[in-house]
Amino acid sequence: MPFWDDLKDSVTRSQVWKSMFRHDYRDTPRNRSLQILNNVFLHLHPVRVARHATKVRFTWCMGGITFLMFLVCTITGVLLMFYYRPAVEYAYNDIKSLQFDVPFGMLMRNMHRWGAHGMVIAIWLHMLRVFMTGSYKKPREFNWAVGTILLLITLFLSFTGYLLPWDQLAFWAVTVGTTMAKAHPGIGAEGPVTPQFITASNDVRFALLGGTIVGPTALIRFYVLHCIFVPLIASVLMALHFWRVRKDGGISGPM
Amino acid sequence: MERRKFFKYVGWLGSLGGIFGTSVFMLVRFLFPRVLYEPPTRFKAGPRGNFPPDPSGNVRVYENFKGSERVWIVHGDDPTTGKHGIYAFFAQCTHLGCTPRWLENEAKFKCPCHGSGFYPYGVNFEGPAPRPLEKVGISESEGQIVIDKAQRFRWEKGQWAKSDCLIETSRPAV
Repeated sequence: MPFWDDLKDSVTRSQVWKSMFRHDYRDTPRNRSLQILNNVFLHLHPVRVARHATKVRFTWCMGGITFLMFLVCTITGVLLMFYYRPAVEYAYNDIKSLQFDVPFGMLMRNMHRWGAHGMVIAIWLHMLRVFMTGSYKKPREFNWAVGTILLLITLFLSFTGYLLPWDQLAFWAVTVGTTMAKAHPGIGAEGPVTPQFITASNDVRFALLGGTIVGPTALIRFYVLHCIFVPLIASVLMALHFWRVRKDGGISGPM
Repeated sequence: MERRKFFKYVGWLGSLGGIFGTSVFMLVRFLFPRVLYEPPTRFKAGPRGNFPPDPSGNVRVYENFKGSERVWIVHGDDPTTGKHGIYAFFAQCTHLGCTPRWLENEAKFKCPCHGSGFYPYGVNFEGPAPRPLEKVGISESEGQIVIDKAQRFRWEKGQWAKSDCLIETSRPAV
C-alpha cells in the first residue's frame, strides 16, 4: 500500500510529529527504552517488564484495576461537576436532575458510584495480594507504607463523596462518621487524653464540618475535599507509588 | 559552637521557621471560622399547660418540638433525682449522634442506627449507647417554657441534679 506508507512517512517525518515524539519505532532495545523514558506518562513505568510480572494469576492486576477505577471516577466526576452545586438548596435536586433529566446523567453518576465501590474493593484485594506474596518486605517497605496511606485516602474519598447527594442516607452516615471523629484521642472533643481547651467548637470534627452540626458548611467542605484536595494528594502519592514499584525491583519479581 | 556559626543557624532557623511557622498557623487557623451561621439554640415552647402530666402517673413524652428543634419535652418523675416535673432532652443518641424514635407502646426511645434504647426519663438500658441522653436547659419566662439547647446536662457528670434542667411540678394524685 504505497499510498498509506507515503502518508505515514509524511506524517512521522513532519516537524509537528517530531516535536512531540522524539524517537521513532525502531525495534532496538535502546530505542524502545528511550521511547518510554521520554514520555511523561510512560516514564513512571519500567522500561522493561519481566515476563513473570505479566502473570495475572500472580498479581491479579488489582493495583492496575484500582488505578483504572480512579481514572473512571476522575473523568465521570469532572463531568458530574458540570451539573452538581454543593449547596443545601440545590444538591439533592441536582442529583435528581442528573439521574432523571440529564442525557446519560444516570450512566455517569452510576459509573462514578460503581467505580468508587470497585476502587475500594480492588484496593483491598491489592493489599491482600501484596501481603500474601510477601511483597511488603525489604526493599519494598516504604512503598507498602505509601500504599497504606493510599488505602486510607481511598476510603476518605469514599466517605467525603457519600455526603454529596445530601439525602437521608448521606446525612446520617456522615453524622455517624464525624461523631466517631469526636472520639479521636487528643484532637476530638470527647476522646481520651484530649486537653481541656479542645471542645466541640474547635476539635477535629469541627474542622471537618466547618461548624458544630452537619450543615451547609459541611457540604462545601466535603465537596472541596472530595473533588480537589484529596484527589490531588492521591495523584502525587500514586505517582510516587508507581515509580517506587519500578525502583524497588519491578512488579512481583523475586528479590 | 563558634559565634559565627551560631548566628548563622539562628538567622536561618529564625527566618525560615518564622515564615513556615506562620504559614502553617494561618492555614490551620483559616479552617476554624470565627462566626457560625447556625440556627439559634433558644426557643419558646409555650405555656406549661400545654404539657400536662399523665393521669396514671407514667412519664409522658411530648414530640411537638422534635421535628423543628430536635427536642423532647417530658413531664413526669425523674427516678435519678427523685423529683417530678417538666424536663427536656436533646434528641440525639449518645452513641454516634442519630435521632432516636419515641416508641409510645414500648415506652422507650429507640435509635434506628445501632439499636440503643433509653427509658422515658433518658437513661440508656440497651444497645451500644454509653450514657443517658443529654438534658437541655429549661426555664420559664413570662408564662412560657424556654428551652436552651446550648446548655447541656449530663447524668454521668451529676448535672441532672441542677435546677436549670427541671421545672418542678407537683405529683398528680393517682
